[in-house]
Amino acid sequence: MPRVRVQEADFDTGRELDALTKGRADVGALASFVGLVREENDGSTVRGMSLEHYPGMTEKALEDICAQAMQRWRLIDALVIHRIGALRPGDRIVLVGVTSAHRGDAFEACEFIMDYLKTRAPFWKREETPQGARWVEARDSDDAAAGRWSR
Amino acid sequence: MVTVLYFAGLRESLGVSREQVALTPGTPTVGDLLDTMRSREGRWPEVFAAGKSWRVAVNQQMASPATPVRPGDEIAFFPPVTGG
Repeated sequence: MPRVRVQEADFDTGRELDALTKGRADVGALASFVGLVREENDGSTVRGMSLEHYPGMTEKALEDICAQAMQRWRLIDALVIHRIGALRPGDRIVLVGVTSAHRGDAFEACEFIMDYLKTRAPFWKREETPQGARWVEARDSDDAAAGRWSR
Repeated sequence: MVTVLYFAGLRESLGVSREQVALTPGTPTVGDLLDTMRSREGRWPEVFAAGKSWRVAVNQQMASPATPVRPGDEIAFFPPVTGG
């Protein structure tokens, strides 16, 4: 069963990933991704950001993305934790962890989950820059990355 | 009646986060509901103008202008997503 969490609090990457493999000997591969707040975006200094989401739909969208990954690859488990609220440069935003018997499935599924999350999960970033606050624009490159998986 | 939600930049431009909208025989789809919104005063026509980038969800599933709407539905309009 995939686990999905949307929360304001930070997460302990090591502890969360350990929990995916604890007590089981069928896992041969654990692939993970951590996304963090950068101090620069589109030529501006980023002092901080706030992450808005659509309560209810966000969790459903993430669960649906994990379910698609579980169908598409031979996975044992999947985990997505995404933070909301106020974040500073260097803060963790998102964690994806995927377990499988072999690395190929885990690597691909981890990238798929991130690509789909970036284009289908209802989160919006608002950055604080020296020029004022601004909503982050969606990138065409994210659509292209997600599009690779529908080929 | 349907519940209509607005998020992020769309909510800010329109100045509303949530409202109840009456369905009429003329609004059986998301597209018909959009026509109603485009006919409002203020920034509504501009925000929902053709070529503007927005997304819609019906009952928390991604939808399109052709998606039917029924009484009690939750319809949400928002900009393209930027999480992760």
